[in-house]
Amino acid sequence: MQDVTELESELLGRIAAAGSLETLEAERVAALGRKGRITELMKTLGGMEPEARKAFAAGLNQAKDRITDALNARKDGLSRAALDARLASERVDVTLPARPEQAGRIHPVSQVVDEITEIFAAMGFNIAEGPDIEDDFHNFTALNIPPDHPARQMHDTFYLAEKPDGSRPVLRTHTSPVQIRTMQAGPPPHRIVVPGRTYRMDSDATHTPMFHQIEGLVIDRDIHMGHLKGTLEEFCRAFFEVERVTMRFRPSYFPFTEPSAEVDIRCDRSGGQIRIGEGEDWLEILGCGMVHPKVLQAVGIDPDQWQGFAWGMGIDRIAMLKYGIPDLRAFFDADLRWLRHYGFAALDLPTLGGGLSR
Amino acid sequence: MKFTLSWLKEHIETTAPLAAIADALTGLGLEVEGITDPAAALSDFVVGHVVKAEQHPNADRLRVCHVDIGAGDPVQVVCGAPNARAGMKGVFARSGLRIPGTGIELKSSAIRGVDSNGMLCSSREMGLSDEHEGIIDLPADAPVGQPFAAVMGLDDPVIEIKLTPNRPDCLGVRGIARDLAAKGLGTLKPLDTTAVPGSFDSPIRVHLDFPGGDTAPCPLFIGRTIRGVKNGPSPDWLQKKLRAIGLRPISVLVDITNLVTYDLGRPLHVFDAAKVKGDIRARFGSKGESLLALDGKTYAVDEEICVIADDAGPESLGGVMGGEHSGCTPDTVDVFIEAALFDPVRTARTGRRLNVNSDARYRFERGVDPEFCAPGMEIATRLILNLCGGEPSHTVVAGAVPDWRRSFYLRPTRVADLGGLDLPLIEQHKTLEKLGFHATHRDGGLDVVPPSWRPDVEGEADLVEEVLRVASYDAIPAVPLPRRPVVAQPAVTLGQRRVRIARRALAARGLVEAVTYSFVARAHAEAFGGGGPDLLLANPISADLDAMRPSILPALIAAAGRNLDRGAEQIALFEVGPEYGDDTPAGQRMAASGIRQGNSGPRHWNDRPRPVDVFDAKADALGLLAQLGIAVDTLQAVAEAPAWYHPGRSGSVKMGPKVLLARFGEIHPAVLAALDVKGPLVGFEVYLDALPLPRQKAGKAKPPLAASDFPAVERDFAFVVDRATPAADVVRAIRSADRALIADAAVFDLYEGAGVPEGKKSVAVSMRLEPKDRTLTEVEIEAVAKKVIAGVAKATGATLRG
Repeated sequence: MQDVTELESELLGRIAAAGSLETLEAERVAALGRKGRITELMKTLGGMEPEARKAFAAGLNQAKDRITDALNARKDGLSRAALDARLASERVDVTLPARPEQAGRIHPVSQVVDEITEIFAAMGFNIAEGPDIEDDFHNFTALNIPPDHPARQMHDTFYLAEKPDGSRPVLRTHTSPVQIRTMQAGPPPHRIVVPGRTYRMDSDATHTPMFHQIEGLVIDRDIHMGHLKGTLEEFCRAFFEVERVTMRFRPSYFPFTEPSAEVDIRCDRSGGQIRIGEGEDWLEILGCGMVHPKVLQAVGIDPDQWQGFAWGMGIDRIAMLKYGIPDLRAFFDADLRWLRHYGFAALDLPTLGGGLSR
Repeated sequence: MKFTLSWLKEHIETTAPLAAIADALTGLGLEVEGITDPAAALSDFVVGHVVKAEQHPNADRLRVCHVDIGAGDPVQVVCGAPNARAGMKGVFARSGLRIPGTGIELKSSAIRGVDSNGMLCSSREMGLSDEHEGIIDLPADAPVGQPFAAVMGLDDPVIEIKLTPNRPDCLGVRGIARDLAAKGLGTLKPLDTTAVPGSFDSPIRVHLDFPGGDTAPCPLFIGRTIRGVKNGPSPDWLQKKLRAIGLRPISVLVDITNLVTYDLGRPLHVFDAAKVKGDIRARFGSKGESLLALDGKTYAVDEEICVIADDAGPESLGGVMGGEHSGCTPDTVDVFIEAALFDPVRTARTGRRLNVNSDARYRFERGVDPEFCAPGMEIATRLILNLCGGEPSHTVVAGAVPDWRRSFYLRPTRVADLGGLDLPLIEQHKTLEKLGFHATHRDGGLDVVPPSWRPDVEGEADLVEEVLRVASYDAIPAVPLPRRPVVAQPAVTLGQRRVRIARRALAARGLVEAVTYSFVARAHAEAFGGGGPDLLLANPISADLDAMRPSILPALIAAAGRNLDRGAEQIALFEVGPEYGDDTPAGQRMAASGIRQGNSGPRHWNDRPRPVDVFDAKADALGLLAQLGIAVDTLQAVAEAPAWYHPGRSGSVKMGPKVLLARFGEIHPAVLAALDVKGPLVGFEVYLDALPLPRQKAGKAKPPLAASDFPAVERDFAFVVDRATPAADVVRAIRSADRALIADAAVFDLYEGAGVPEGKKSVAVSMRLEPKDRTLTEVEIEAVAKKVIAGVAKATGATLRG
């Protein structure tokens, strides 16, 4: 009978020499398989004297354990080497471009409407809307602009074809008709902002026949011009994301407000860019005033019980101001280069908590 | 409205600096648009003293002048002006300066062999007038070497203000001065309006001659003849004054009317009395009459238009423009002055209809002071007598000053309640009085009568504005709006929220948002089912923007074309905006539409792009609907689409048989050709207003998750059906075979060709069974499969592929 130590050393040597998982498996079968050499030795234990068997079995079991360990260790080593070799063969050039994805954009007008909505929502305003094709009453008459009023000339109005009853639908020249529709729809108090498309017959370097306005209306019992100033100052600070804005309210004229004001904001125009909140220049940004008693009367609200303010401003214009966009006409040209450059990412969702803009 | 500082100071006694005046004007609502100092542009042109003037050796008409300019040696200048002479002082321009009147840069040169190093300038060359007979002759005491502009009084800043249409009173310099005086910037000077006594009866009389004795079109007409005047160019002071504000001097008679218009806001007209036949009547025109106006154009008049006529016919358009025939000329000897009032509305309408703009129309349509008719006449008479001589008649008057007096009560706390500014009543009273309002105390407040020149004031709120603007809007303290309690109500409606989600969802799908005009070319509108007469613009800005769009697609397709021309690839655009079905509010609907053009992506080393197809558009439409919270697997896509889509590669997404939620497909090649845009181009339209409301339920809690712990089973089938059978019919039949067990069924292969009979196709579908309460046995699975095969066969005539 071969010496167990000698056998062990021979088997360990063969295991160490196995160069592949296949030869290693053959060595395992040769050593520990059903007819393996260690297995054969195990079978001899039954015929031994108890004393001798005890000693021999102990040695044989230890040898078997060591061979099993050696087999496992060798197997791990060979597996790792095989995996390493496979991985090495699978190497790719990671500098190659990834699969293409198309990134969409949000138009600056939509983005700015969302920003404005966020600010006014926090001040308790609702968003209201109305039709683009309006009638004379809502666009003009109810807003204290009777026929032949010189103020009608301020609005170069687009008309649709005359109807059989002699009326002519207009493309709304401002978002103010939604004030009328809102006040007709329910009793005061009201707090609304109205973003939307507006139209005037105007087309040059700084005017497009369609543009966007946002209108605000507050009707309550004790609302005065101080609230108007406070609201607009708060809005401008939040919208332009600056600590301080200096605003100037100048007396002006709109048929649907009295008193009326135009509002300028302090800015710096040096260096070809407009910066809000600093500088020595003024920039006109909106028109506003206390709702004219005749407007309230036109919708059946008693001006001795209710009063409030309204304002309107150009969305495209404040988008240009905030984001340094130079040309209004490009807003409506759908030039992909422009949209990708001035547009916003899908998830640039303005919130007051998370910040209006990046 | 333009005026000079010195002109303003003719009406207001003030020491305020220009900057303070400008600030005050803007603060009063008379917004300063610009201040220009004409002297600043002329500061390089200096007073030169001609110390010697000799005959040019080679030219009879030229002189060689030596000009002392106060520094260095006298400069030699060759000058052709007849009045160039030794001892005179003139305006010297050195070489290198640009001459304002000609725009030419002056260079040193030899003129007929004699060096000339500068120029002595004429008034035209300085851009001051048309005068070019000789060079400017400055007074003998003009300081040599100093800028000449100050010597000629050109250092008078010109202020331009932007006037709102409610302030006709400030269309005269005096009205502006009055506002400034009320603001405390000085004292309004008195105005001499005393009557000039006439010495004879005017041979021309005036009549108001409107049907039924109506005087509304021209309530008051004052006239006066002045005989023996001498017309001609105005004196320098008057020419300079008019030029400074951009008016061209014409003749002294005409210049006087312009002066009174701009100084006092009182338009006037002067007729050459010799050319007036009979009396003058304010009346309506009649069909067939016409008038050659002072602008050289002939205007037809009718019964809507107020004319001033003599026995020969219309001589002027009332309140708008005078006529050529009876206008003043240099030879005019007897004049007839008109100071009249015209109805603002009718004047505006006449001006608009005839498309005439004039200083008179501008003022009359905004409202001219009815009380200032007579004083205006007296002031004009005095100016004519002073500048042209002559003998005035008594005035002739038709009509009367209309009643303009009205009174409004100003509550004592109204300025605070509406304007947010606490001001003592006494101060409010003072402000109103300074502006010319008449106020008396009653019940703690004021009864206020606005002045005749303020037609815009029509209620208490206007009085509040008057008090506030004089006190300054800056003085109103800004206060925050009272906060409302925080409630769980969103600021946006469901529809508005869907619009916002649609934009973000489509951008997240890789499409770029465009905003395009609501109007398109009529032909494009027609190609997309619109262009009806009720949605055409009566006055489009251009012929290719004349119809309200029935769909967003044509604008996006056109935009794709423009982008292709710029070299763009893989165009993916969307817009969420209105479409117009008719001209009522209900006809406007909100759509989220998009297009994709070209390939699915750029060329890539590993991922081959393919041309976009109908299924890209379908994915966009369904993907958007899913983002909008619609259960997409309850919807049907059917092969129905309008004519602008490819008839075989387009479809509609419907909820039930009736409700149309979306359309998608390849755009019809003929439509693309008409829009001149290259394909492949696919589009989709999702009608946001058509989406169902979310089911109403109490609370926000979601239903419990019903996930099964038992193994799911997948089985594949290949059915052979008629080529025309929609795959959706097969899938629907599978699902309905066992609604409890079958969780999903999806087409994973489509085959036509060898092995499948002609006219048939093989649809391979994978079915997923999800048992809820047990593990399925083979027998159970087989039973379901049998039901599926039978169901599909029944519904579609399908056979299982061998």
